[in-house]
Amino acid sequence: MNVHQLSGGTSRETWSFDAGGRGLILQCQRQSDDAVRLGLDSQTALLRAVRAASVPVPEVVASGEGDPDVGDWMIVERLDGETIPRKILRDDTFAAVRPRLTADVATALARIHSIPLGTVASLERRDEVAAYRRILDDVGEPHPAFELAFRWLERNRPPPSEPAVVHGDFRMGNFIVSAGGLRAVLDWELAHIGDPLEDLGWICVKSWRFGGTLPVGGFGKREELHADYERASGRTIDPDAARWWEVFGTLRWGVICIMQAMRHLSGAERSVELAAIGRRVAEVEHDVMAYLP
Amino acid sequence: MTAPHDRPTVPELLEAVREFVEAGFAESAEARVRFHARVAANVLCIVERELALGAEQQRAHEARLRALGFRDDAALAAAIKSRSVDDRYDEIARAVRDSIHDKLLVANPGYIEI
Repeated sequence: MNVHQLSGGTSRETWSFDAGGRGLILQCQRQSDDAVRLGLDSQTALLRAVRAASVPVPEVVASGEGDPDVGDWMIVERLDGETIPRKILRDDTFAAVRPRLTADVATALARIHSIPLGTVASLERRDEVAAYRRILDDVGEPHPAFELAFRWLERNRPPPSEPAVVHGDFRMGNFIVSAGGLRAVLDWELAHIGDPLEDLGWICVKSWRFGGTLPVGGFGKREELHADYERASGRTIDPDAARWWEVFGTLRWGVICIMQAMRHLSGAERSVELAAIGRRVAEVEHDVMAYLP
Repeated sequence: MTAPHDRPTVPELLEAVREFVEAGFAESAEARVRFHARVAANVLCIVERELALGAEQQRAHEARLRALGFRDDAALAAAIKSRSVDDRYDEIARAVRDSIHDKLLVANPGYIEI
């Protein structure tokens, strides 16, 4: 069976094991820990829907809900490939793959955004800007740079695109890349109904470039991403609107860093790593100010 | 040295602990331990830089805010949010950028060049 645990917490666990001649991953979740993250039951439905739309994702082999011992659970196939961004961006193994990654992620995004809105009923329609505004207010720490960014976003908001199913965390770190290209898009728990440009902006945020120089995940150019996406989706991208979402994505990352430090400070999860993230907020303030006049 | 205390001084003690963390876990087989030791050593570097620069930065920051007419960052943040300083964008953005520069000098000086 070759069973071992990949991650664990009070409400969620992930295990790897072999059965029936193939590698599998078991995820279980006793209850959804917050309102923003999708429950495992919804993630299962979403994974099946996006797979039907030819988005590269692991196949769901089996799933169940409300088990008295493990709660909701799903078993997916374990895929070969690399998830560590710095390896994908630097290792020779991926030298031939890197030039095609932009087209691969553009196509995957176009397919995700083509899924009919009613396919997964539990996906929430939400205004991400308002959601992160609220989070920053709730934390109560003053960040003048982020206030300037929110003010800029407020004054420059582009007209909304046709709403779509968005992944919500579409970036390096959530991709499995193999010798053949983008093998799978992982981590669907932040999926919701929103502006498709949100995903296109998020993948360009500086912290997802992992030291790479190119804006799209460290490996691609914005113009290529947009052209490939337009070809695959039939949608038209306004570069200024895409940039607006990139600025929002940067601000969002800053707020997430603050939340991570707060997890440590509140005692929810004491960790030197989370504590250190609090001092990385200045990097994101620097990044967001670089977009502003 | 801060009287009545003996050497090592606070910066010297911190340096000693940081060197211990850096060297002590470098050989550890467990990747997770090595990673957290690296993070911890980096946190100690931040503390060392803040001890060296913090007092001067605090004075500069207060002067910056006073020149703009605010008593602290919370007041500045609230003013930006309330849109009442929209017409003073340039001077406020300049002050905010100066503050970020000082924060990075402590948190991660290497980031300023990127």
